[in-house]
Amino acid sequence: MPVSTTLKVNGVTRTIHLDDPRVTLLDLLREHLELTGTKKGCDRGQCGACTVIVDGRRINSCLALAISHDGADVLTIEGVAHGNRLHPVQEAFLAHDGLQCGFCTPGQIMSAIGLLAEGDAGHDPERVREGMSGNLCRCGAYQGITQAVLEAQKALGAASRKEVA
Amino acid sequence: MKTFDYVRPATIREAVAAASEPGAAYLAAGTNLLDLMKGGISRPSRLVDISHLPDLDRIEDLPDGGVRIGALVRNADLARDRNFARRFPVVAEALLSGASAQLRNAATVGGNILQRTRCAYFYDTASACNKRDPGSGCDARGGDNRLHAVMGWSESCIATHPSDFCVPLVALDAVVEVEGRMGRREMPIETFHRLPGDAPDRENLLETGEMIVAVRLPTQAAQFAAHARYLKVRERTSYAFAVVSAAAALRIENATIADARLALGGVAMKPWRAREAERLLAGKRADASIFRRAAEQALVDARPSGGNDFKVELARRIAVRALTLAAAGTPEQSPALPASLFAANNRVVIHA
Repeated sequence: MPVSTTLKVNGVTRTIHLDDPRVTLLDLLREHLELTGTKKGCDRGQCGACTVIVDGRRINSCLALAISHDGADVLTIEGVAHGNRLHPVQEAFLAHDGLQCGFCTPGQIMSAIGLLAEGDAGHDPERVREGMSGNLCRCGAYQGITQAVLEAQKALGAASRKEVA
Repeated sequence: MKTFDYVRPATIREAVAAASEPGAAYLAAGTNLLDLMKGGISRPSRLVDISHLPDLDRIEDLPDGGVRIGALVRNADLARDRNFARRFPVVAEALLSGASAQLRNAATVGGNILQRTRCAYFYDTASACNKRDPGSGCDARGGDNRLHAVMGWSESCIATHPSDFCVPLVALDAVVEVEGRMGRREMPIETFHRLPGDAPDRENLLETGEMIVAVRLPTQAAQFAAHARYLKVRERTSYAFAVVSAAAALRIENATIADARLALGGVAMKPWRAREAERLLAGKRADASIFRRAAEQALVDARPSGGNDFKVELARRIAVRALTLAAAGTPEQSPALPASLFAANNRVVIHA
């Protein structure tokens, strides 16, 4: 059953023709739009590696059906930097060694951007850890990740936080 | 994943007609259904995508003081709605203790109520499971049943219902509104979920084609706002299903419990309302000894299966602690670790 879906991805409107309705948003990004920054970890909603921001909210793209998201506005890791200027969350992950192998990092960064936009974490490391618990890091870089999110929170003034997502 | 026809109806009526065909399933966010489809556990031949239906994503205050929550309201949006969380804090706390931020951002109220069990034998298509494949047997009974039901189970099925959200909903007498070919009807959420009996594949009262359109909380449910907590034991601090959980809500007048609500999660195939325990609490002073007696009463019919023997005493202790926290008062701010035993502001000293 051929279907087509139109999405805005990182600010660009894309119409994709699919020959199968089973394609997830994750597979659409990776296999149809060659945006492979979004990672496929478990593919079952357990690890958070596939986190992207859809209509301003972080979600697991592996558990989202692409055709159901017709018309959505999607932000992926490829869309967060401005030219050569990294996003403050990316800068903070570098500064605090918020990674080791890097596989979970795009998902961690997208999740952190989502968390800061939600505005619930404050400057409390416990709230940051709770807010980031949907992103697993098998290298165990959690300490650096928490520090990076706290620093990014400081770097982004409260006023501009809503705009990052 | 088995392939399927994809239908996107424009109205509830069209949705009901499309979902009344054999093999059809409703799709909202898909956070549970797509996982089940990837594993070959659910194999619908048609998906009826209701996620774009209008008007089902509203939280409305009702003239009688109750609240009506549309089936497509996202879990995170309900938990973060200040007016709702202020009046029904135990529901907000339960929601925030469930899944991850990403999943709560997507998952809907209706989908949460309809989520399937996390029994590993249900998920493993090589195992016998009467819920997935009626008549095939239940490998959980003689297997690893550490996380399985201690109440209300049958020879056919010892699975548990995984929802956190539904536990306070049952405690607070929520009502489920459904719509089908015969029109709209409603039922208490306490009776909406079915115990397994000899038909564990029938998990609720929905007829073919029927969909949940809303959940209502009555105005009386808000009377517990000052003393209502959800507490949940998990195998890690966050992002895990409940081993055991409890929703406790008290209405305290002059240091006496005027009314009590207690429901347990993780112990049965539906949230377990402990009505006898509630009766025991009513009219008593809120103290450790009455909480322990109520907890004993709540678990009096418990029948564990071997691996889950520990759950009976664990459930008693969680009930005592949830009641103790409720009596101490609902915190003004949502805890950093919602429903967690390790939350800093949960460190109430109790030795029942």
